[in-house]
Amino acid sequence: MYRYDAIDKEFLTDRSNEFRHQVGRRLAGELSEDQFKPLRLMNGLYLQLHAYMLRVCIPYGTLNVAQVRRLAWIARTYDKGYGHFTTRQNIQFHWVKLRDAPDILDALAEVDLHAIQTSGNCIRNTTSDPRAGATAEEIDDPRVWSEAIRQWSTLHPEFSYLPRKFKIAVTASAKDRTAARVHDIGLALCRGRDGTLGFEVMVGGGMGRTPFIGQTIKEFLPATRLLSYLEAVLRVYNRAGRRDNIYKARIKILVSSLGAEEFGRQVEEEWAQIDAARADLPDTELARIRAAFIQPGLEVLPPVSDSYEAARAANLALARFARNNVSAHKAPGYAIVDVSLKAHDATPGDANSDQLEAIADLAERFSLGDIRVTHEQNLVLPHVKQSDLPALFEGLVAVGLATPNINLVSDIIACPGLDYCALANARAIPVAQSIAQRFLDADRAELVGELKIKISGCINACGHHHVGHIGILGVDKKGEEYYQLTLGGSGAEDASIGKILGPGLNADQVAPAVDRLVEVYLAERQGEERFLDTYRRIGMTPFKEAVYVDAH
Amino acid sequence: MSTLIKYTANGATEIENAFVSVVDGEPVPQGADIIVSLGRIKAEGEALLASGVRVGVQIEPAEAVEDLAELLPRLALVAVAFPKFRDGRAYTSATLLRQRLGFNGEVRAVGDVLREQAYVMTRCGIDAFVPADGSSAAEWSRAAGHFRHVYQTAADGRTPAHAEPGRR
Repeated sequence: MYRYDAIDKEFLTDRSNEFRHQVGRRLAGELSEDQFKPLRLMNGLYLQLHAYMLRVCIPYGTLNVAQVRRLAWIARTYDKGYGHFTTRQNIQFHWVKLRDAPDILDALAEVDLHAIQTSGNCIRNTTSDPRAGATAEEIDDPRVWSEAIRQWSTLHPEFSYLPRKFKIAVTASAKDRTAARVHDIGLALCRGRDGTLGFEVMVGGGMGRTPFIGQTIKEFLPATRLLSYLEAVLRVYNRAGRRDNIYKARIKILVSSLGAEEFGRQVEEEWAQIDAARADLPDTELARIRAAFIQPGLEVLPPVSDSYEAARAANLALARFARNNVSAHKAPGYAIVDVSLKAHDATPGDANSDQLEAIADLAERFSLGDIRVTHEQNLVLPHVKQSDLPALFEGLVAVGLATPNINLVSDIIACPGLDYCALANARAIPVAQSIAQRFLDADRAELVGELKIKISGCINACGHHHVGHIGILGVDKKGEEYYQLTLGGSGAEDASIGKILGPGLNADQVAPAVDRLVEVYLAERQGEERFLDTYRRIGMTPFKEAVYVDAH
Repeated sequence: MSTLIKYTANGATEIENAFVSVVDGEPVPQGADIIVSLGRIKAEGEALLASGVRVGVQIEPAEAVEDLAELLPRLALVAVAFPKFRDGRAYTSATLLRQRLGFNGEVRAVGDVLREQAYVMTRCGIDAFVPADGSSAAEWSRAAGHFRHVYQTAADGRTPAHAEPGRR
């Protein structure tokens, strides 16, 4: 894991002091709310419906034990005892007071955490594969490059007042767990013909009211040239991106209006003029960062643990958990464990202080102190010995974190919605809960298999509904909450934008509609097809007829 | 006359602004140092530069600073405009003036110039400021110099964290 040295720590101290000073000036009336707003946003502080919300950055979704314990303490001390993990692998606290914010930032800085650039029109937290360093699938460890981007983008002077927010994801294997194709820049690690490491660079993906799948503007960027190329992309965007209309200011609109080819040409032209020796990281620094991610403490184990196999055979609940939440690790005898934050009665992505502390304890005992956050609002314990899985499972059960539903119908992404957010048109959390409730039968959920449902409470699409296999968008129709369903979206390597199923439904009709969609799938599927595959094969009509049968 | 803050490695000082900003279409005052628009310097450049006064040019966010390339050696300053502090295009203009066009003269921030942006402005190579918030030189200096470390190379030439001797 990357450890902050004295330089990183002093940087956070300076940042925290600066913000304390700014909050003081705001409270004293020296700064107007208009002047203060971008400052607080760049420190992660939003004004929501009921209170301030503080979004804490979790660089590429990686946490250590001390950090998780500190987040638990902050939730208990300054919030109502819980935090909410987000689709940018961050965590946010929804009940924060402005005057407490500087103290919270100090407490975060003590464990090398911060809220820098978790909001505002700047480069946001770079997200990456939550299985980095643990999966044999990866071409290279994406954390190395994500950390390089973290440093480069932190208070970047030229790119702190962009036309709009800017999100970068780094994916490292054929299976994309980062939704790279719906990012402003998606970077996919790859190997060139001669074996050198590089990136496929995709730009202009995004969601919101005009969703786009990112387009490849460079098939192979040598990895060592990453920062100069990012500088070129950001510079072209900073100069040419629209600033007259907030809804047309993302890079996706620029790429779409210029065409990916012309945008790529402008980037190449700019890139050619950048002094690589100044802009790119020296090999020594890349090696220093890489060394920080070498995983110590992995033992040489037999590939199969007999005690685990026996426990799994004897305990059906453990067996179900293993089927859905446990994956292969690159090291023999180890496993990657997904911890679901999607219990049927929970708010998707929420964890309370007790749960956070339990996760920290379990990670300390069983996962080499390493905890990851996924963009699907779950957690991962990446380095668990198979022989420890039964004990870990029991530990998770004890705090309600053993829900065996990863990638299943109830593993739903949902934004905070109208329960918290000032922008929302409709609630998202109760809809997610109603669907989870409807699919409580775990056997049936497993029979249905992978089904990604994503719910947004408004067109800003924080719940990624455009790329849900089933997407659900909350809209306001004459003061009433309605939900528009879309089918066929994907945020993974087979990315696509979902298409609208039909007229909006009221809140009570959503879960039954999902049920009918699932029944059509179960009746029509062939072989190993997922819901998404069946939809892509048979099209919208059978699904639409099933949901709107009563309307005829 | 408006206050001008000059910022160097030794800190910030307040000086009198000797330049007059000339609005397009209005006559140029006799004998005064002037700042004119990009359009005007393109149209009347030779006459203005031959008049014996110091000449600066103001670049608006949508204008390409590269258009000044040939004139730069003869300019006393380039003013980069911030119509709103949120408009970050001038950061690229200033960066390119320093890094690409090799301009060593004064780069001046004008418009909605606030202390909260002193740090990023300074890092992009801007070294003179007409603050819109009444900041003193001392306040400006504090804001601009707040961070002991920087993470990336920029037009100010500061050593980034990765090149600091203490990096571990």
